[in-house]
Amino acid sequence: MRRLFAAVLAAAATFAASAVAEPAPDVAAVIKTYADIAQASYGDALAGARQLQTAVNTLVKEPNDANLQAARQAWIAARVPYMQTEGFRFGNKIVDDWEGRVNSWPLDEGLIDYVSTAYSNESPANDLYVANVIANTSIKIAGEEVDTSKITRQLLTDKLQEAGGVESNVATGYHAIEFLLWGQDLNGTGPGAGNRPATDYDVKSCTNGHCDRRALYLQTATDLLVDDLAWMVEQWKPDGAARRAVMADNGQAGLVALFKGLGSLSYGEMAGERMKLGLLIHDPEEEQDCFSDNTHNSLYYDAVGIKNIYLGSYKRADGTVVSGPSASDLVRAKSPETDERTRAALDVTIDHMSEIVKRAQAGEAYDQLIGEGNADGNAIVESAISALIAQAKELERGIAALDLKSIEFEGSNSLDGGGDKPKRQKQSRAE
Amino acid sequence: MADSIRTYVRLALLLAPGLASVCAAALLATAGHGQTAPKPAPPDEAAEAFPGGTATTDESIDTHDAFSHFSHGIGFEGEAKFKVGNAIFRKLWVSAPSSTTSSDGLGPLYNSRSCQSCHLKDGRGHPPNGNYPQDSAESMFLRLSIPPESDEQRRLIAEHKVNFIDEPTYGSQLQETAIQGFDNEGHMHITYDDVPVKLGDGTTVSLRRPTYSIVDLKYGPLHPKVMLSPRVAPPMTGLGLIEAIPEAQIRAHADPDDKDGDGISGRVNEVWSIENKRLELGRFGWKAGVPSIRQQAGTAFAGDMGLSNPVVPNAWGDCSPAQTFCRNAPNGNSERDGGLEVSPKLFDMVVFYAQNLAVPPRRNFTDPKVVQGKALFYALNCQGCHTPSFTTGKVEGQPHLSNQKIWSYSDLLLHDMGEGLADNRPEGMADGREWRTPPLWGLGLTQIVNGHTLFLHDGRARNIEEAILWHGGEAQAARDGFAALSQSERDALIAFVASL
Repeated sequence: MRRLFAAVLAAAATFAASAVAEPAPDVAAVIKTYADIAQASYGDALAGARQLQTAVNTLVKEPNDANLQAARQAWIAARVPYMQTEGFRFGNKIVDDWEGRVNSWPLDEGLIDYVSTAYSNESPANDLYVANVIANTSIKIAGEEVDTSKITRQLLTDKLQEAGGVESNVATGYHAIEFLLWGQDLNGTGPGAGNRPATDYDVKSCTNGHCDRRALYLQTATDLLVDDLAWMVEQWKPDGAARRAVMADNGQAGLVALFKGLGSLSYGEMAGERMKLGLLIHDPEEEQDCFSDNTHNSLYYDAVGIKNIYLGSYKRADGTVVSGPSASDLVRAKSPETDERTRAALDVTIDHMSEIVKRAQAGEAYDQLIGEGNADGNAIVESAISALIAQAKELERGIAALDLKSIEFEGSNSLDGGGDKPKRQKQSRAE
Repeated sequence: MADSIRTYVRLALLLAPGLASVCAAALLATAGHGQTAPKPAPPDEAAEAFPGGTATTDESIDTHDAFSHFSHGIGFEGEAKFKVGNAIFRKLWVSAPSSTTSSDGLGPLYNSRSCQSCHLKDGRGHPPNGNYPQDSAESMFLRLSIPPESDEQRRLIAEHKVNFIDEPTYGSQLQETAIQGFDNEGHMHITYDDVPVKLGDGTTVSLRRPTYSIVDLKYGPLHPKVMLSPRVAPPMTGLGLIEAIPEAQIRAHADPDDKDGDGISGRVNEVWSIENKRLELGRFGWKAGVPSIRQQAGTAFAGDMGLSNPVVPNAWGDCSPAQTFCRNAPNGNSERDGGLEVSPKLFDMVVFYAQNLAVPPRRNFTDPKVVQGKALFYALNCQGCHTPSFTTGKVEGQPHLSNQKIWSYSDLLLHDMGEGLADNRPEGMADGREWRTPPLWGLGLTQIVNGHTLFLHDGRARNIEEAILWHGGEAQAARDGFAALSQSERDALIAFVASL
């Protein structure tokens, strides 16, 4: 035992020594990798959306169970690369200003299509709660009559998305498409996802009415998704605006975006908004992919995306690998221990997410895990939350090690002891 | 963003002092409306680029999410609390009983199913675009009250235990919606009359004067002495900083008897703190009727949505004692949520969210027109009420809000605003002609965030110019000074206000 311990110590010492000896990579080279991974990840997300587009067109042409199933599978597959891009949010303004078009949730699905009577019985405070654009050729938004007779990209993006300033009026993106493929999940915290029939798209024997308009809505929303992702790929190409923005200041701007994005996604977005609230209130609606019950995969691939970015290595959908100097290399050059701990924390999170995926594959979906009285399920989600928080704390150490002042976590205990030291005025930050 | 701000700051330091003093000097001759000599505008300080101090956001302000960012420097953990708070803020509540006990308890009477549906994009509400059923009034409602009638009511008012006496049947506000199986209370009805106003250069501006009534009353006639006061949902940015201003700093600006003889008094509203059971300085709401963000959130949960919470624990919201069927309706109180519909945990996160909606940075402040407008703003003594700056005190656990020099352009005091704006409905120590000076920060982004420029407590002003022209009472001199300006000077002053 003692011998083994000594061996481990020796190995660690060797590792640490060699790591210290390694020179820090150039920040610009690290951010070039970051941008390359962004370009490849969004590229794969675009390819996935194009396959979804093909499957949707097939479904509309021949609406049968097999084609609906294929379209659903294509949606689930398209989410795999997209979720791995989420680490590029929360630091890159180009991404943040755009993201709502493709990935907004939660949504008031009654704006788009028919909903169950139990859902629509709540008197609508949001006038558009049950507006049902598919069934109506004209709806009222904030007192103004809006012509919805033609379902066009412009109608969806300019008139319906966030109509009336209400954020749950989501008309575009993955989750609108998800609703159109699955329908409402009326199983509460019991098993089962949405169960829309293929005949909802069958103009010859149409169920639930307006199958032609429903098909057109689905196709329009899918086309928009393809366009939006294609636009984002452009932003990360060698002359694209997003790449230029992160390369500013020799990549220093991108380094800030990288750490801010990974920390924010880990803690605020995933541990906080997506997981903690659902656990607190045990509400099955509090899961991101609530129609398809695909939330487990979304969580898992978010965690994978974070690891890709930190390690500077992304395995593309076709199996090829995009890699280069990484944030991990930079941190290791300053503090091997911090890098070691960060990488370990990222792996722990992935283990926890794998557990959630395993549960789902065995028939217990995420909305069941957070259900009231499911102590075992709740505990699994709780420990995944703890893992995400732990990894954010490690990322904060990395931020401190690299002395990334412009992130300035003034409220963070782990960085400054949480005391009431005098605060920097904003202008000093800008200098 | 950071780069451009950096450039602005440097430019401002170079350019602004000279420009400002030239403009102020030019104005001295023309703007002798106040009783005291007009003050020259202070040079643009670099700090003014960040009106919320270090908590000012660094994120995009050219999208409709400009008011939805969290305080800068909040940390990953703070961001998580903020985001959970935001999710609760957006949450659509359902009627009880439902299978999701933590999300039920709506109503029975309510104005909205979620916080966000009134506080659109965390910004400013608006009057409906037509009377019901043409549009529904969700981000604006009518407050209701009557003058005290019994000795008990007179005592409550005299001791400041309540700000007003509820209308006996309809309660403290008109709820235009109700859950399944219940009647709503009625609908607000607005008519507008055009009021032409002639400016010094001969231009005529047409203001719209609203008249309010209630139609489709479902619970019988209103009390004959009922007083109505329309209120739009105010913007949510910077509330935590406003809350952090030490009381003494606000009181220092009060001049209830106008001892300095500048025609501007300024009174504090002293209101009852439900949680602390004592009188406190009122700082939130259109008449400064609320002392804290917690109390504002608690009374809004109860009054606007009918949800019991740690501050207002009754489950029936604004159902009056006369509306017994409504008081006896099933509620969503659950043991898990501390016997409430909104558990203390959820409530705290919403409060944290409201404290940390960040103030946007200033725009265009080196634009010569804006600099000229600033000089005019001071020359007209607008800052007599729109106090430019305060320094916040210590906020426990929130260093990013603490000890910040902020530029909110409000003294948070009550002022007589004249007959034109009077609602003739007292609230606490505020009389029927008094309103609280609202902060001006972020005003210029209203169009981007909310798609309109409807200002004042009821959105009657259709742009900044109309809002200024509605000023009366203590602000009459400043308003007249504005009306006497040339078109380009008026434009400059408006450009300054829009840059805040």
